Amino acid sequence: MTIFGVPTQALFGQLLIGLINGAFYALLSLGLSVIFGLLNIINFTHGAQYMMGAFAAYFLLNWAGLGYWWALLVAPIAVAITGIVLERLTLKRLYQLDHLYGLLLTFGFALIIQGLFRHQYGSSGLPYAMPAELAGGRNLGFMFLPNYRAWVIVFSLAVCLTTWYVIERTRLGSYLRAATENPALVQAFGINVPRMITLTYGFGVGLAALAGVLAAPIYQVNPLMGADLIIVVFAVVVIGGLGSIMGSIVTGFGLGVVEGFTKVFYPEASNTVIFVIMAVVLLLRPAGLFGRAS
Amino acid sequence: MTITRIVALLAVIGLGVSPALAQISDGVIKIGVLNDQSSLYADLAGQGSVVAARMAVEDFGAAAKGLKVEVIFADHQNKADVGSQIARQWYDAEKVDLILDVPNSGVALAVNQITRDKGKAFIVSSAATSDLTGKACSPNTIHWTYDTWALANGTGTAVVKTGGDSWFFITADYAFGHALERDVEAVVLKNGGKVLGKVRHPLNTQDFSSFLLQAQASKAKVIGLANAGGDTTNAIKQGAEFGIVKGGQSFAGLLVFLTDVHALGLEKAQGLTFTETFYWDMNDKTRAFAKRFAERNRQIHPTMIHAGVYAGTLHYLRAVEALKSDDGARVIAKMKEMPTDDPLFGKGTIRVDGRKIHPAYLVEVKKPAESKYPWDYYKIRATIPAEQAFRPLDQGGCELVKK
Repeated sequence: MTIFGVPTQALFGQLLIGLINGAFYALLSLGLSVIFGLLNIINFTHGAQYMMGAFAAYFLLNWAGLGYWWALLVAPIAVAITGIVLERLTLKRLYQLDHLYGLLLTFGFALIIQGLFRHQYGSSGLPYAMPAELAGGRNLGFMFLPNYRAWVIVFSLAVCLTTWYVIERTRLGSYLRAATENPALVQAFGINVPRMITLTYGFGVGLAALAGVLAAPIYQVNPLMGADLIIVVFAVVVIGGLGSIMGSIVTGFGLGVVEGFTKVFYPEASNTVIFVIMAVVLLLRPAGLFGRAS
Repeated sequence: MTITRIVALLAVIGLGVSPALAQISDGVIKIGVLNDQSSLYADLAGQGSVVAARMAVEDFGAAAKGLKVEVIFADHQNKADVGSQIARQWYDAEKVDLILDVPNSGVALAVNQITRDKGKAFIVSSAATSDLTGKACSPNTIHWTYDTWALANGTGTAVVKTGGDSWFFITADYAFGHALERDVEAVVLKNGGKVLGKVRHPLNTQDFSSFLLQAQASKAKVIGLANAGGDTTNAIKQGAEFGIVKGGQSFAGLLVFLTDVHALGLEKAQGLTFTETFYWDMNDKTRAFAKRFAERNRQIHPTMIHAGVYAGTLHYLRAVEALKSDDGARVIAKMKEMPTDDPLFGKGTIRVDGRKIHPAYLVEVKKPAESKYPWDYYKIRATIPAEQAFRPLDQGGCELVKK
């Protein structure tokens, strides 16, 4: 059986591949959404922070002898700390200003960070081995699924849903959401709003770094690995609706699949298809698929 | 004495003192290295090419010969419009006499045309498309290091002859990928092989899993990677993950550089076989060059691109010296007339279509256990003699070749 001349079996494979790439989009756009939703900052440094996560994994392995599983825990925390420093020293001065200032500042930081890493480590990247436990793969009949990719999909889905649950369904999450609506009032209830915001930024950055660690064994650990990805992820966030947590997750996975199918039917367009969708969505629903018009 | 007379007198004295400068436009030979300084081709060319050009100027002894040579560089970001704009500005406003390197065949073809229009000189090291000495050949351009035909001829023939007779191409979707795919396909078909499918991916792609899956489904024995730099390393790395080689298929990296092997690590790169025209560990002269080069280039050892930039610059300066002029077309003509001789490629010639002729080498990446010292990566499996390494003169369709 074929669909448009492509065997259905092959399409199942591409569907799965799309979901795996979507997992990265979801994880990254989730971090962006959390930061935008709660800080009103469009964090253009996100791609660089994703790259720093991958590099942190590399450093941990080669300097400290800590393998992949430790990196999964330590790298996001380490990168989150750099994010917190960044927020304390610079970003917090911009909350009262237009979004554009935050965007320009974080964009500048992204260029500086990428430039420094490129200067130091070159552009062809560094090798990072696959953890032995997840090497190999299984034959699903319609495709060969590497174990590591299966792990990426399961793990990132778990992280995404947990984040959604914490923000939308718990007391802590309600504080966070209240603080975005009316910081002065929340502060009056005795909650340290500035600290909460700093930690939220740290968390968003940590999510980017986590995606970086997940990416290290499959892509080259490369100073520019986040530079192109971040543009796509922004498109994902815009399509999903700026600041919408569930929107980011669903759109991330969904667009991964769309992109995957494009790679079968018309591969030349695979890096444009997301932007075409973005343009259409902006025309029809300017607030995004899951966003609420303000 | 009026001011004009004084100036005229000084000018005459100036000319008298240094005759070598007589025909050098504005007294300086200005060389512009135009390449990718920041993205996927920055390690295989990038700053290394600037270092190589400067070393050539020093080794030529320009200062001692009274020639003033200046090397500048810029980043074309792999965009033909950016590259063209820089080339025009260099030629028009900054009095650049020679543009060097220019990876990315799309950008190189644009600079090739601009150089011809402006009557300057262009020596290509990185760009691969064989069209530069074929239908786009120019009296102002020399293609030094390698081209897609040479890669196809070297790697393609070797792979088909060892049983790899069915192919699937994963091709970078721009001028270079198309030219490489076309030239390899011709070699495969000529040797009795067949092509089962092809897929084209955008330049600078991170995730190859979708393309690899298609390649796997095609059941082709050989997956030909008609791409370069980060695209090639990502495809090979992910190919290991998808069990391509374990499943009985093999990769043919059609354009792999030393820096790519370094980035992949020998564990993943071992056994890859491909074509190069230079390897740093071939003889005492190349080793001495590599040692000096690495000290100035963050310990990165020279790729064949860097070697080509060095040798091309050296030969250019010799031609300028012999001609006592830096007029673009005349220097290029002189370069074609003079035999070449440099420590990296040895003795060679440049054909009328602009093709530099030297041997090519079929190399195999060593196993981790076979590598004894840093950057000890290749075994040379075969040498393709100079007269067989490049496309015969009459087959390129170059208008400069007399029928």
